[in-house]
Amino acid sequence: MKALLVCEQREGKLLDTSYELVAFAERLGAEVSLVLVGKEAQAPQVAGKLYLADVDKYGEYSPELHKHIVVAAVLKENPDYIIFPHSSYGWDLAPRVAATLRVGQVSEVVNIVDGKLEVSLCNGKLRRTVSPKGARAVLTVQAGAFNYAGQKSGAPQVEAIEISQGSSALQFVGYEPAEKKEVDLGRAEIIVSAGRGVGKKENVAVIADLAKAFGGELGASRPVVDAGWVGHSHQVGTTGQTVSPKLYVACGISGAIQHLAGMKKSDFIVAINKDKEAPISEAADVMVVADVLQLAPVLAEKLRAA
Amino acid sequence: MNILVCIKQVPDMESRFKVNGTGDWYDEADLAYRMNEYDEYAVEQAVQLKEQLGNQPEITVLSIGADRVGEALKKALAMGCDKAVQVQDNDSARKDPWQIANIIAAYAGDKDFDVIFTGMQSQDRGSAQVGVTVAELLGHNCASTLVGFEYADGVVTAKRELEGGVKSVVKVPVPALVTCQLGLNVPRYPTLPNIMKAKKKELQLVPVASLLKEEAATGTEKLYPPVKSGGGIVLEGDLGDVADRLLGILKEKTTVMK
Repeated sequence: MKALLVCEQREGKLLDTSYELVAFAERLGAEVSLVLVGKEAQAPQVAGKLYLADVDKYGEYSPELHKHIVVAAVLKENPDYIIFPHSSYGWDLAPRVAATLRVGQVSEVVNIVDGKLEVSLCNGKLRRTVSPKGARAVLTVQAGAFNYAGQKSGAPQVEAIEISQGSSALQFVGYEPAEKKEVDLGRAEIIVSAGRGVGKKENVAVIADLAKAFGGELGASRPVVDAGWVGHSHQVGTTGQTVSPKLYVACGISGAIQHLAGMKKSDFIVAINKDKEAPISEAADVMVVADVLQLAPVLAEKLRAA
Repeated sequence: MNILVCIKQVPDMESRFKVNGTGDWYDEADLAYRMNEYDEYAVEQAVQLKEQLGNQPEITVLSIGADRVGEALKKALAMGCDKAVQVQDNDSARKDPWQIANIIAAYAGDKDFDVIFTGMQSQDRGSAQVGVTVAELLGHNCASTLVGFEYADGVVTAKRELEGGVKSVVKVPVPALVTCQLGLNVPRYPTLPNIMKAKKKELQLVPVASLLKEEAATGTEKLYPPVKSGGGIVLEGDLGDVADRLLGILKEKTTVMK
């Protein structure tokens, strides 16, 4: 079995998801080749053939051209699977490649079960195994689901790739950096996060107070940030920050897959939720079945008295 | 200008899901359905674009499924879409993203839509494929995962959400398809007068067989609840008691409690 891994770089830096693809391919038992629109200096340090297209020529974000580059690599390599990270790059590019090749796509693979691709649905409340119908398929792999434990010391065999299509109708204007951080969750030892279950903006203060009593920082799930209850720098999850503190307390967070991917590597996880069956229970070391707005003040008081 | 919005009706994600008798999907009985959250942002952005252009554009809203999707279509009409299309399919849950995209592309193919809006993914399947695939099939330009949308002189300026709070800005000439991320705008609530008005708007019924010519490219083998990792301790009962037990566990199992 052969797998072509579509690596991702941004502003001169290879993204770590590229190594997660290598870990996934190892689980599949596939022979690996790679494709990257970037520079040789960013090449993933693993063995295998790397098809390299020059980012100066083909653009940082130019999906039409990147699509043709991946397709050109597919024609050379003849892989069974073409594998992307399930990231903003993969969401955008994978369906274009699948449609061009007229092959099926399986999105956000989280596991391989008895040789079958497993994906999550309905906010992590269900799982299903999915089979592509044809001999070849496009896959996207969930961020954080597969860890690369190998050395980053291999040297790929680089082959330059060129395509005849030279221009794109899309014009990439530039990046807009993340807002200035109110908090650096990446360094926090304890994070206490608020989810949609806290109900309203005023209630976030209850969770913030619990975070303070723990001596930790306040985190949040996406809906809380989208609603404007706290700033983006508090957001934990695939579109926020990926964190691994010593203690993570999830308050009123159901555990959408994007949130779980951002915090499941924490050393110890406590979930406080009214619903015992909430998907967060899957990741929790301790599941407290309670109304967090009632429990948090009690807990904060005991922490301060201790 | 001619605008299309594609919406999906999905189960309320707070529901308790049960596996169906054949073990390959969830049981659809006893579920409450609503408009896919991402698609609410798509509808709102389409209506804002119409308003920006002096209400001249016509907005068609399309959904695929059984008659219950009429409720989601009515909501979109009440939010400001002009006419609705229900592609009638009692078995839409078994169609894969490739087939769904082909149905939409077959409908849109001869209608000269300038801008097509979709959600970036559905809340149930979450495959994030259909919008981008429709653009590919139609040969339209496409930008995905939008948290910002501006339109001027035939060009969409899209702000795409990347990871870690970073965004990228791209200019996309029409005809264009954009997929909408949560937080793109603030979807409006339909007002009562607009709900009444929506009842008089056109609902066109199109049988799925007239649009779908493609076989599925992927298939569900088996559907099941996640395997519990086990070992997790469950605490419930009196609040003070629960708090004491929790703090006891944290002192024992973590290094951060002084």
